[in-house]
Amino acid sequence: MTFTTPSHLTARERARRAARGGPSRSVPVPLLVPALIAIGFLVLPLAGLLIRAPWGDLGAALSGADATQALILSLWTASASTAISLVIGVPLAWVLARSSFPGQRLLRALVTLPLVLPPVVGGVALLLAFGRTGFLGQYLDDWFGLTIPFTPIAVVMAETFVAMPFLIITVEGALRSADQGFEEAAATLGAKRMTVFRRVTVPLVAPSLGAGAVLCWARALGEFGATITFAGSLPGQTETMPIAVYYALETDPDAAIALSLVLLVVSITVLVSLRDRWIRRGPVS
Amino acid sequence: MTSGDSDGLVVDAEVRRGSFVLAVSLTAAPGQVLGVLGPNGAGKSTLLSAVAGLTPVAAGRITLAGQAMDDAEAGAFVEASGRPVGFVFQNYRLFPHLTVAENVAFSPRARGLGKRAARSAASYWLERLRLSDLADRKPDQLSGGQAQRVALARALAGQPALLLLDEPLSALDAGTRLDVQTELKRHLADFAGPCLLVTHDPLEALVLADQLIVLEGGRIVQEGTPAQIARRPATDYVAKLVGLNLYEGHASGSRVSLNGGGSFVIPDRDQHGDVLVAVRPSAVVVSSQPPVASSARNIWPGRIAGLTLLADRVRLDLDGQPAVLVDVTPAAVAELSLDRGSEVWLTVKATDLEVYPRAEREPA
Repeated sequence: MTFTTPSHLTARERARRAARGGPSRSVPVPLLVPALIAIGFLVLPLAGLLIRAPWGDLGAALSGADATQALILSLWTASASTAISLVIGVPLAWVLARSSFPGQRLLRALVTLPLVLPPVVGGVALLLAFGRTGFLGQYLDDWFGLTIPFTPIAVVMAETFVAMPFLIITVEGALRSADQGFEEAAATLGAKRMTVFRRVTVPLVAPSLGAGAVLCWARALGEFGATITFAGSLPGQTETMPIAVYYALETDPDAAIALSLVLLVVSITVLVSLRDRWIRRGPVS
Repeated sequence: MTSGDSDGLVVDAEVRRGSFVLAVSLTAAPGQVLGVLGPNGAGKSTLLSAVAGLTPVAAGRITLAGQAMDDAEAGAFVEASGRPVGFVFQNYRLFPHLTVAENVAFSPRARGLGKRAARSAASYWLERLRLSDLADRKPDQLSGGQAQRVALARALAGQPALLLLDEPLSALDAGTRLDVQTELKRHLADFAGPCLLVTHDPLEALVLADQLIVLEGGRIVQEGTPAQIARRPATDYVAKLVGLNLYEGHASGSRVSLNGGGSFVIPDRDQHGDVLVAVRPSAVVVSSQPPVASSARNIWPGRIAGLTLLADRVRLDLDGQPAVLVDVTPAAVAELSLDRGSEVWLTVKATDLEVYPRAEREPA
């Protein structure tokens, strides 16, 4: 064996290795090049958005009634579907994580299917179920005179369908890995199962609950395929931000860019809040 | 041992966890601290878990003050939340999202008190356990000893009729342990119901328990007062815990032939049958020559297999018939120039042998 020729080791790198140990942290070229390409691929399009933005008439581009309506519709429908997901999705997460019954694995697969299903297929499915002639929708129409498709309710349903699984799998994972010793302790202290759920289980998974809710909200906000299929694109009624962007691109590119910027800002805000509140702190152990 | 209508806790049950079977029969009277001593995996925690209602019994029953909490034959089972039990867990399991005061108020609240009443019940127990200053802290801001007191306060605040303690001091460092132990003993004395205290620390068991059972491999191998168990251990495990040499043998008249080889002359002339002989390591005298003018009747040669320094004495591990652990002073080691492999003579007086019948073990 022979020595390789010495390479230059800076004083700073010497200090780092001495303090924290570990080998060199310089990146080998075969990894560096693809990594740089990936960075460019992810970041450059967003930079393009910023470069092409009509900064001067941003106000004008956004002040159109359509844009404001779309933003308001998007915000409240995403919030409503997140609220619905919390109310019905968290109990389902608990059922999947804590109880056992035949067909549980199948149910879990079905519940998470919307995660991988093309959203437009979800929209078609919703239409076939709740459409005016759908197998459920026809009764809603006959008995209650209730028509769901192409209404804001349809927007909320489409968004919930696509976004709720994000909340469910996040919370289910947290429930699975949570220390059930605390729940046992609560039981020995006289807490019945619902009290345990309310006062111990939920607070202990609160960080994951919050992260799941934010993911769910962000996914609902960006929903396009299922929404346009099931709810259409009636301005002020069912035309959400992503749909507005899509149509604006044909008629008024500046408005499309401005609307995209708004969505970008909302997304970055979500990411930052997620990072500071939940991701860094991690679950309470 | 088993009586159906005791005031206290009566366990006469079998608990299965996978292939592990715990089969115990015990009673704990009101006001009594029943220590459960045993090595890891003996089933101590399983016992507590069954009494608390976290694990149902597979056979038999558990009653408290004559009322069935679990009865496998009758199919009756009181859920954990419905049992008047206070449980202090090994790592305390304090709710990390609640303050000390909220932790202590948890049980009164869960058992039906209003917010205000629960808070005042909590402040009573905080006061009693000198925790009032810590009321607003979160569990991760407590020292080990403080967390232990909070766990005890939280268990007591529900006004349980039965107290369960799982290794209450094992999470503490040696420094705070004695203080907490002394204080725990005081609080246990104030508790009116039966108390089950699980530990693998013999000192903890000897100090805190009124009555002891020793659990090994899911069976009770010995029961008695701490003094009885410390003096007459029934198994090697207990003998090791209390620091005694223990031999199984067969007595006839004044002689015991030991199963592992060798024999002892004993003072009791009327012992017959299977016996155990316990010998204190400090009762054995080591000399380099066979003692001539000794009145002791048990003299045998041995060879030193190991030496360990223990505080102010040296423990010799000796091969011989029988093998024995002996404590001598460091000075004696020097004077006799003892080392590994040294051949020595061992002497023990017949009156220093504790000889007692080998009890029938519980059928496995």
